[in-house]
Amino acid sequence: MSNTAVSLPEQPYPKKRKQGKIGAFFSELVKNRFLYLLALPAIIWFFVFAYLPLGGIVIAFQDFRAMQGIFGSEFVGLKNFQFFFQSSDWIKIVTNTVFLNVLFIFFNTLAAIIIAIMVTEMSGKWFKKITQSVMIFPHFLSWTVVAMFVMAFVSTDGGFINQILAMFGIAPVQFLSSPGYWPLILVLLKIWHGAGFGSIVYMATISGINPDIYESASIDGASRIQKIRYITLPLLKPTVILLTILAVGGIFNGDFGMIYAIIGRNPMLYPTTDVIDTYLFRAMMDLGDMSMSAAIGFMQSLVGFILVLTVNYIAKKVAPESAIF
Amino acid sequence: MIKESLPDRLLKGFFYLSIGLFSLYCLIPFWSVVASSFTSEASIVKNGYMFWPSDFSLDAYKMIFKDNTIYRAYGITTFVTVVGTILSMIFTSAMAYTLSVKSVKYRNHLAFYIYFTMLFHGGLVASYLLISKYLDMKDTIWVLIIPGMISAWNMFLLRNFFASIDDSIAESAKIDGANDVYILFRIILPISLPAMATIGLFYALGYWNKWFDAVLYINDKDLFPLQYLIQRIMNNLDYINQISADISIPNFIPPAMTVRLATTVVTIGPIVFLYPFLQKYFVKGLMVGAVKG
Repeated sequence: MSNTAVSLPEQPYPKKRKQGKIGAFFSELVKNRFLYLLALPAIIWFFVFAYLPLGGIVIAFQDFRAMQGIFGSEFVGLKNFQFFFQSSDWIKIVTNTVFLNVLFIFFNTLAAIIIAIMVTEMSGKWFKKITQSVMIFPHFLSWTVVAMFVMAFVSTDGGFINQILAMFGIAPVQFLSSPGYWPLILVLLKIWHGAGFGSIVYMATISGINPDIYESASIDGASRIQKIRYITLPLLKPTVILLTILAVGGIFNGDFGMIYAIIGRNPMLYPTTDVIDTYLFRAMMDLGDMSMSAAIGFMQSLVGFILVLTVNYIAKKVAPESAIF
Repeated sequence: MIKESLPDRLLKGFFYLSIGLFSLYCLIPFWSVVASSFTSEASIVKNGYMFWPSDFSLDAYKMIFKDNTIYRAYGITTFVTVVGTILSMIFTSAMAYTLSVKSVKYRNHLAFYIYFTMLFHGGLVASYLLISKYLDMKDTIWVLIIPGMISAWNMFLLRNFFASIDDSIAESAKIDGANDVYILFRIILPISLPAMATIGLFYALGYWNKWFDAVLYINDKDLFPLQYLIQRIMNNLDYINQISADISIPNFIPPAMTVRLATTVVTIGPIVFLYPFLQKYFVKGLMVGAVKG
């Protein structure tokens, strides 16, 4: 054994073409050693914070006890999933999540496209600059801050909306106990928060369109609205589809940061605003039910994953240029 | 130049009007909170929130600055934002650069390794257990920085930008004897200023606005970041009662509303001041990323 170990270095060094797979691997690592070294911290980070938690999925199939940990808890198969589906809550929270997300995606995309088109059609430079800055600004405020703004508007005593209603002699609306208004309020907030920012991508796409196309359309006597309809919109389509695919993948993820900050723990609004993420959070923090929370989280991930693959597959058939992979 | 027809000009006027109105819509909530925070508590209780401070008062601000809770929260948030952004930028740009160099054979494998994390994740419970139980990071300031340090999305945005830089720049530096680390920090990063500013701003705002991690992992009052403080004072009056405890006037009502609003304004402050300087960079940086992507 020691003989072979000693004789190894004396063997002729293999030629590059005959190098084994492993040899090629190491020679690549050595050749670009600085670059791989640069990437290493991020690779480790992704391993710890993105791949290790994947192992935690087993909790969904366990009766998890904090004392025993992941390795000591008992396996119970699909019981946690059964438990979740037996409760009547699941239909409500899944419907809310999907419904709110569909509203958000649709109206935010629509608003962002409209803003992008309107702004690019404008010619006044300073007006464009100022309004653009103002429209993007809300995106930089956290939802906790936005929640404070919301209170100033919907609060029953002294909120702006009720002040205005009072001016017309209309009785105040109890927004904080009327779930029916909240899908609308949340959509308006989402547009307020994200539409201006979202329009940047569409503006970038529009500014990438060859100006000759518009020029020749003008010579042919096309009106402004015709140019928008027959040139801008069709050329925006791939970007819209691409961004929608990305958004659809997250359709099972409620916007937790937003909804928890704004609705908080107001059970009166749960009928329309409780989403999978907020439910999961309460199951975990209040009930300490790690296993059921993990089961719900796992389903979320799985459905999201399947959705992205499906939507991407469809996109590939319909508009190949906008598929992600 | 062809002269515009009347319907075209009308349409343009409509665009100006709509954008103007939407800008107002974006501005009004912000403005109203600032205005109300400078109003006396009594006036707000009586008349509700206002668009213009009718009974000007700085009481709420005096109050929150008298107590050291807000200074602590400011310190925590500033530390997390500055240190976090620097670390995020170093790790993200280092990884993005490696993925952008075409001679790196495994760059597509590595890209997929990261891309996959965007598609599939272990969920809240798994991360929570990992961070609190196995990594034991609860109630440390690092829990606000490290678990959210790299965003795959930002990494890919930056990679696209780096990939758009002409290879010959790095090539010629190599011939002059520079190694890849030197090339990244001395050549690539300086010429990528708009993209770096964009990503840096995203990270900085992410850290500045972070509160959910504090909900999960921070119980120590001395480690509350600003946004979590707001979250707390909105949901319970502990903080307001605490800071108004040493005011011993009979029948004194703690200024609950205005203190909340003033804290909010104080939190937004730095963003408002930095925003005009950074905005031109990030619109440019984002445009480049989007077009090339």
